[in-house]
Amino acid sequence: MFHIYCPHCAEYREEEEFHAKGQAHIARPLDPEACSDKEWGEYLFFRKNPRGLHHELWVHAAGCRKFFNMTRDTQTYEIKEVYKIGEQPSVVAE
Amino acid sequence: MTQQNRLTSGGRIDRSKPLTFTYNGKQYKGYKGDTLASAMLANGINVVGRSFKYSRPRGIIACGAEEPNAVLQLGATEATQVPNVRATQQELFDGLVSASTNGWPSVETDVMSIMGKVGGSMMPPGFYYKTFMFPQSLWDTYETIIRKAAGLGRSPLENDPDRYDSINQHCDVMIVGAGPAGLAAALTAARGGARVIIADEQNEFGGSLLNSKETLDGKPAAEWVRAVVEELATYDDVLMLPRSTVNGYHDHNFLTIHERCTDHLADIAPVNQVRQRMHRVRAKWVVLATGAHERPLVYANNDVPGCMVSGAVSAYINRYGVVPGNELVVMTTNDYGYQAALDWADAGRKVVAIVDTRETAVGDRVEAARKRGLNIISGSAVIEVQGSKRVSGVSVAAISASGSKVIGSVTKLKADTVATSGGWSPVIHLSCHTGSRPIWSDEVVGFLPGKTVQKQLTAGGINGQYEIAAALREGFEAGQKALAEVGLAAAEVVLPKAETLKLSAPMSLFHIPHLKPTSQAPKQFVDYQTDVTAAGIELACREGFESIEHVKRYTAMGFGTDQGKLGNINGMAVAAKALNKSIPETGTTIFRPNYTPISFGAIAGRNCGELFDPKRYTAMHKWHVEHGAKFEDVGQWKRPWYFPKAGESMQQALNRECLAVRNAVGILDASTLGKIDIQGKDAREFLGRVYTNAWAKLAVGKCRYGLMCGEDGMVFDDGVTACLGENHFVMTTTTGGAARVYEWLEIYHQTEWPELEVYFNTVTDHWSTATITGPNSRKLLAELTDYDVSNENFKYMDWKQITVAGVPARVFRISFTGELSFEINVQANYGMHVWEKLHEAGEKYGLTPYGTETMHILRAEKGFIIAGQDTDGSVHPYDLGMGWCVSNQKPFSYIGKRGMNRADCTRENRKQLVGLKTKDPKQVIPEGAQAVLDPKAPIPMPMEGHVTSSYWSENLGHSIAMGFIKGGLDKMGETVYYPLANGTVIEAEICSPIFFDPKGERQNV
Repeated sequence: MFHIYCPHCAEYREEEEFHAKGQAHIARPLDPEACSDKEWGEYLFFRKNPRGLHHELWVHAAGCRKFFNMTRDTQTYEIKEVYKIGEQPSVVAE
Repeated sequence: MTQQNRLTSGGRIDRSKPLTFTYNGKQYKGYKGDTLASAMLANGINVVGRSFKYSRPRGIIACGAEEPNAVLQLGATEATQVPNVRATQQELFDGLVSASTNGWPSVETDVMSIMGKVGGSMMPPGFYYKTFMFPQSLWDTYETIIRKAAGLGRSPLENDPDRYDSINQHCDVMIVGAGPAGLAAALTAARGGARVIIADEQNEFGGSLLNSKETLDGKPAAEWVRAVVEELATYDDVLMLPRSTVNGYHDHNFLTIHERCTDHLADIAPVNQVRQRMHRVRAKWVVLATGAHERPLVYANNDVPGCMVSGAVSAYINRYGVVPGNELVVMTTNDYGYQAALDWADAGRKVVAIVDTRETAVGDRVEAARKRGLNIISGSAVIEVQGSKRVSGVSVAAISASGSKVIGSVTKLKADTVATSGGWSPVIHLSCHTGSRPIWSDEVVGFLPGKTVQKQLTAGGINGQYEIAAALREGFEAGQKALAEVGLAAAEVVLPKAETLKLSAPMSLFHIPHLKPTSQAPKQFVDYQTDVTAAGIELACREGFESIEHVKRYTAMGFGTDQGKLGNINGMAVAAKALNKSIPETGTTIFRPNYTPISFGAIAGRNCGELFDPKRYTAMHKWHVEHGAKFEDVGQWKRPWYFPKAGESMQQALNRECLAVRNAVGILDASTLGKIDIQGKDAREFLGRVYTNAWAKLAVGKCRYGLMCGEDGMVFDDGVTACLGENHFVMTTTTGGAARVYEWLEIYHQTEWPELEVYFNTVTDHWSTATITGPNSRKLLAELTDYDVSNENFKYMDWKQITVAGVPARVFRISFTGELSFEINVQANYGMHVWEKLHEAGEKYGLTPYGTETMHILRAEKGFIIAGQDTDGSVHPYDLGMGWCVSNQKPFSYIGKRGMNRADCTRENRKQLVGLKTKDPKQVIPEGAQAVLDPKAPIPMPMEGHVTSSYWSENLGHSIAMGFIKGGLDKMGETVYYPLANGTVIEAEICSPIFFDPKGERQNV
């Protein structure tokens, strides 16, 4: 079970309080109407599944209810960093 | 019965406290301090079970968690049955009732063993796959017989009377194992001021020190153990957990400890005591001081009762005062094996021989044996054992220097016990749980913990450090390292002085050769619990299984409840030899949680019975119960389903409720609908983005129905939202969708549109909602309020803040039945008051309570959808015929707009929601029935859609249904067929889903 630092609460809490919400940084296209079906399909359905570093969206569901991002190693389950929505990761895959 | 194998003195048992226990219906005596296994050995019980596949008699082989054979069923009553108990870990208590789990009709005379003897060569690995897979139709029959024959214990048939618990713990240093390394680490960490938890699976701390005669500072080691335990007990921040197995080592230094609080006291926990407790520990640093398990050697007939691992023999003598036999032969590849012979001789029984596979050995233990005049046979091995229910003799022969073949003639020796040592396997299980791959060490002749990402240290036997002095030093160092890591100063600890014994090099040997090739020699067992032999592993390799993981799965090696603690390394060695590879090249399988089997009770803790799942009740629940409601679970809510009167069937009740609403007035508890309070200057804009329809012009005091779609354009929820103020709305959601919708709003606000000033709060539980609906509802409401509720003053789709039954209420004039309706929302704790007042006043109007089923029928008469029943995530608003609820005028591309314009969403012939009217008005199509155009078409018939909602409508006098039909909206009046599982076919006509009051006049009066 992960031990997760909530950047909003500024505390470590148990994974039970959080929900994973999939890949982070999937921005909604600003002009959806201008997207081709292929582009919209990629926005909707296509996600990375890397072995190694992954940027994920999490929510402190049973806590402050705020969303935040996490950089996590999918192999070792190490959490490399957490950062707020709108911020960019500092740990990135080479 | 006498305890013929009990010594008159020595050991850690209390001879003044005799205990009686039962094994297979017979009574025996033991002492306080015994394990069930030591007491069985004291009583000379040789056979403790029959083997899984060959049904061979099996005896106790080890003395701890690694025991593969003595897996018993415990329990004095049906309710207290516990399977899978290792006798070596179960402390004896007075009145303990145990039974062997394998063997029919008994372990002593077993019918299946004839199968094993005759069929031995006919049951190779993969036997079950190869033999019983065909014909598949008979598998159920085979399985029943196989399972009965195998027998691995059974679950109780009655509820467990005991209570279980779980507790969250936090510490600086979690120390696993309280042997010399663990105790040294704990003492160091505790003196340094750290918060420490130290857990050990045994009943007392000390680990291997309890089993040996070694001294520390010249005194028995147990005295040092006692002093350390006494000191640890003085620290407030040290938690000592004996009888506690650290069963899992999970991510981010989270460990689960299974503490057996009362298993050693009685069959049922004493009053007000918890039987077992699960500790959920989050540790800053972890010290694994889990020690090592001794490996037995693999030789012919090595499973005959009396064959044991040598360390266990020493432990039974030194710790329990039990000598498990009379005439001992030791076979060893290393110096440690000699200790069993020394202890055996000290106990006054006969050591027949020490058979050392090495040519030369000069270690201190070897010299001690030599000085005692024990018969040492070098460069040789016990190649075969004689006996069936007990060892009667052994065959000894010289072997080659590499141990690959027999080179000398065979000598037979008489003996009843064979103790073997093939070296030690570090207990790396917990380290493996973290995903760390173990690393082979030629020096240690075993796998050591690999690299880990956890904040983990290891000390002592787990590192292949088997001498006490080294274990103490490593424990001390781990303690200091942990202190430094958590930011504490180093501690002052003076370690006791241990005897240092000179060791000679061990031989790397696992599988003892026989005169015959392995495939023809008597069985040489590798994994006792799953009956995997060396020949079986060789055969698996010959059949092409090269990966050790495949060999494991094909032979079932390591699949027992012991996870192959004794056998796995030997099995890998056998496979490596067969594949002509080294052990590191062959690799190893790794271990998963749990380290030892754990009871379901401990996993469940308090989350059982009433506390299994939270239940949600509305403020009016008590009234519903008192009025005979049948309930339906909707999410966690308990909702009234219908209110049958005495003698009424469900359908009769529904008919009565439906008629009452259409002809008089009905009342529904609608409190469970999700309610989300939305505020902020951009609230209106936000609603426009998450709903498909327009919200810009909704005036204060008005309500509007909205459809919510995903980005894919598919409907996922719906509900009515009311405008409370210019910047204030309350949104309702489906009962089951409330949490999802709430998170949906938050995720869009927080991650996509943080610039919008809008706030959400879930207020579902703040309100109680009584919906009154039917032609008499206005008259009823008028009686409870001074407000003018006329159609002119309180219009359809208005909401009003008024006083009802003396309390403030938000009343929404909205309708889910198509009748004149008012949804009266009051502060939750006024709910029952208003509900009762409505009933008092409503009696004369024929007020009838109804539940969810009548609600469903009434809305279906009107063709209103239920999100989640008539939608399944694959339908967009146009599929539902709800294009009227989609705005194409909104400037912002709201959620779902782009999605529902994808090519697949706009194509012809999509499944569309229509009404269905059966040709025979009495027939009700089952929900889920599949539509076909030609019921005589060959199977598989092309399927045109399915039924989503279907009811008997008493108001209409015929059945009604809604369902999807390909291109259905253009097929009005056409006929479709629903072939049912029972062979009949229902014929139906496609029609509008609005069966009742198609112009919607009744709600607008």
